[in-house]
Amino acid sequence: MFQLNHYTTKRSLACLLGTALLLLAAKPSLSYDQGTSFSAVSSSVQSKMVKIYGAGGIKGLEAYQSGFLISEQGHILTVWSYVLDTDYITAVLDDGRKFQAKLVGADPRLEIAVLQVETDRVDFFAPKAAIDLEAGDRVLAFSNLYGVATGDEPTSVLHGIVSAKTPLDARRGAFKTTYRGPVLILDAMTNNPGAAGGALTNREGKLVGILGKELRNALTNTWLNYAIPMSELNQAIDDILAGKTRPRSVDDSVKRPDHPHSLHKLGILLVPDLLTKTPPFVDRVRSNSAAAKKGLKADDLILFVNDRMAESCKTLKDELSLIDRIDSVHLIIQRGQELLELELKLSDGT
Amino acid sequence: MKRLTRWCIYSLTLAATAGMAEPSGLLAQEIPEAVIKAEQQRIQAIARATTSAVSVFANGGKGGGSGVVITPDGYALTNFHVAKPAGSAMKCSMSDNRLYDAVIVGIDPVGDVAMIKLLGRDDFPCATLADSDQVQVGDWCFAIGNPFLLATDFQPTVTYGIVSGVHRYQYPAGTLLEYADCIQTDASINPGNSGGPLFNANGDLIGINGRGSFEKRGRVNVGVGYAISINQIKHFMGYLRSGRIVDHATLGATVATDERGRVIISNILESSDAYRRGLRYGDEVISFGNRRITTVNGFKNVLGIFPRGWRVPLEYRRDTETFEAFVRLSGVHSPEQLLAKIQRPAQPGPGPNPDKPKDKPKDKPKDEPKDEPKDEPKDEPKDEPDDNRKPPRPQPPRRPQAGPAPKIPAHVAKYFKARRGYANYYFNLLNRDRIWNRFSEETDCLRLNGKWTLSGTIPNRGDVEIILDQEEIRADFPQGQVKVDLTKDFDTQLAPAGSGGLLVALQVWKKLLTEGPAQFGDVYYLGTAPVLNQKGVFDILIGTRNVVETRFMFDPQSGQMIGLEMFPDLSLDPCEILFADYRDVQGRSLPHLLKIRYGNNDFAQIQLTNYALPQASAEKKSP
Repeated sequence: MFQLNHYTTKRSLACLLGTALLLLAAKPSLSYDQGTSFSAVSSSVQSKMVKIYGAGGIKGLEAYQSGFLISEQGHILTVWSYVLDTDYITAVLDDGRKFQAKLVGADPRLEIAVLQVETDRVDFFAPKAAIDLEAGDRVLAFSNLYGVATGDEPTSVLHGIVSAKTPLDARRGAFKTTYRGPVLILDAMTNNPGAAGGALTNREGKLVGILGKELRNALTNTWLNYAIPMSELNQAIDDILAGKTRPRSVDDSVKRPDHPHSLHKLGILLVPDLLTKTPPFVDRVRSNSAAAKKGLKADDLILFVNDRMAESCKTLKDELSLIDRIDSVHLIIQRGQELLELELKLSDGT
Repeated sequence: MKRLTRWCIYSLTLAATAGMAEPSGLLAQEIPEAVIKAEQQRIQAIARATTSAVSVFANGGKGGGSGVVITPDGYALTNFHVAKPAGSAMKCSMSDNRLYDAVIVGIDPVGDVAMIKLLGRDDFPCATLADSDQVQVGDWCFAIGNPFLLATDFQPTVTYGIVSGVHRYQYPAGTLLEYADCIQTDASINPGNSGGPLFNANGDLIGINGRGSFEKRGRVNVGVGYAISINQIKHFMGYLRSGRIVDHATLGATVATDERGRVIISNILESSDAYRRGLRYGDEVISFGNRRITTVNGFKNVLGIFPRGWRVPLEYRRDTETFEAFVRLSGVHSPEQLLAKIQRPAQPGPGPNPDKPKDKPKDKPKDEPKDEPKDEPKDEPKDEPDDNRKPPRPQPPRRPQAGPAPKIPAHVAKYFKARRGYANYYFNLLNRDRIWNRFSEETDCLRLNGKWTLSGTIPNRGDVEIILDQEEIRADFPQGQVKVDLTKDFDTQLAPAGSGGLLVALQVWKKLLTEGPAQFGDVYYLGTAPVLNQKGVFDILIGTRNVVETRFMFDPQSGQMIGLEMFPDLSLDPCEILFADYRDVQGRSLPHLLKIRYGNNDFAQIQLTNYALPQASAEKKSP
């Protein structure tokens, strides 16, 4: 009993002391920028926003998402999603100009992609100039949620604060996503259908992060409103812009080995290549093949081959044809919501 | 030991208390004056706005919603989908802790607006109507309402946010409700907020909340609410006061975006006024309703904010030439179609579960021009709950089941008069008589049933004499003599040529003046509408005589009839007469300048120099 009281007293003392110190030390530092109205900020940000249209349109899969310009060469940062699974990605700029966008590259681990439109008359966010925010900071979220805006209509703006900065608790049974890094949890309903790829800014319109894809907690049936800080993405953006993820097969001058890899030799059979850009889903894996030995399974989606994007069955075949049989093949695959990496060597199979 | 512990606790508690006091003092000192001022402004704006907010409760427990009073004598706005299940009468609470009876006035089912009138006072606190075209994305705003019907203590709920978008177009949901040119906000708009006010930061009314995008997230706010702009409702205000079931408009043409991003006419009805004004297939729409048109949505936004029958400026381009015209908008529905649609039991419900209809707008009326494919895909928000997800999310109260309409209390019933095609015919009669009585103060021609002789000139062309007799009209114009046989159908006697039926129009005018609206035939109050080349809006009475329909236009300030439009057929151009230069004629004020227009042309200006009127007969005076 005494022990308990003693413990309780000590704990009380510690709490009180802590409270007192906190209160005494707290120097309120409020700032109020009278010169910056949200309407002015909104106007300045809108010129950098992009409405993106692509694949989808069937029930539950919106055929649109959001993005924002990140270079004067017309590069657009957005999320990597099924919307981009088409040769006809349409990007509509704030002034209503409509372009067919090219997929420059993607990082499936971060779930981002970079598109490009052929124009140089654009306003843009400089990703490296993005700022970090902490819990309690006010934010604005710009996106084309629900596809409300079309043509030259401005995207939607929501306001809120950063509730927390925390690693995303992404796992089976909770939030299903491949992203595992820190996120900014927001108190506003920012991550609606079509909002993914939108820009999160501070109250002055400075870029903070990108709105992530819709995430629903399967346990609590709640939807997460969050953004990925730009600081987590800048390296990947650099790599994409540097062409590190671009398929080598697009370059005709690349020297082809005399004895390249092939799907057949690795023991991989893909789904029938019926579309202009059929995603390279594995249909079957031959027993005792190199692929089977490393655990590749039917229904796996092959995303990258030796860190190069394999956005279609054709691209995957072409990329393999550039790798010599004596070299190993590094695959990044998606199985359900998981990303897996496999190292295939022809010598492993029979 | 114990004493020491107690002392420590006491000391630290004191320190903590002092610490609490000091920082709060510091806070008060260091908070910038602008923040404190902004906070005070916000408090005052909310306090002022709250007084005009209304919580609507349908009689018989049939749900409810929100509303806002806009005049001291109790006229209030809400959503059609809130008023519909309530029927003709409802109960409304306000923040003064009082419950008021209210009666339906007029409804706009397509625009999802209803006007009701609270009874019992003539000094209701009312909202100030803002200019919603001045609203900008990023502006602070707040909604006041009755979400989830929480205002059982009569106190409404306030939710604050910013304007997320302006001039938004939301496709018709269900069979009717179309939200054009609406304001998008992230202020929480939940079931029960429907019909309630959206205010700007000053506490002035900028819109009526009514819809949200929900999709798979259930019927609760997801940060995307829409309010009908108050400027749109201003256009419909007179129509709503008419007690009628009000329709929206169509141009009689559809638009689409071409490969160059231009908004072009993709289809046009040859029977439309736009066609008669010169608009053709393939023309590029440059501006409409004085707004630049760059998207199909932008065009639909303009179309959605004007009532049927209004004339709206249109600028269009063909090749390199630009044209300007005022086009008369026709109705989207026939009266029977509109009635059928609003009586459809499957209409999405108001009240606690109001905001989103379930059926998609696939059953547009066949006579409605299909409004083009959009230039970009757009989702139609759906609000079906996803029953497959677990655990179930909290649900708002269920919509009560329909039952027999509750009886209107006797003290409310005297403000209600049922008539087919009207929400409440009482208010149509009220306005018809208001306009007529005001007009009659200066222009009492009742019982002057005999021969009227109007003499005058058409400047630079010659003299005119028009004799409006009992059986016929005879007229001498510079171009010759003309007659109209009043025993035959008027629509085949549109003399003189090129006028569109001036003599018939004058005969109809004389009949209204001498018989009054009650004896004339079916005369009803349309509402208010603009008149070509005149500033402001004017009260319109519509009457049918013989086979022609005539619109009589009255200045709401002076009470004078400023003109009329006589339609021999509603699909043809009317004969338009503007009346001016009112002067005394034997103790009554009559116009001495008639400006006649037909189609795209001015027919003539007649300067009258003399009225020869009969003696008043001893017939009974119109009520």
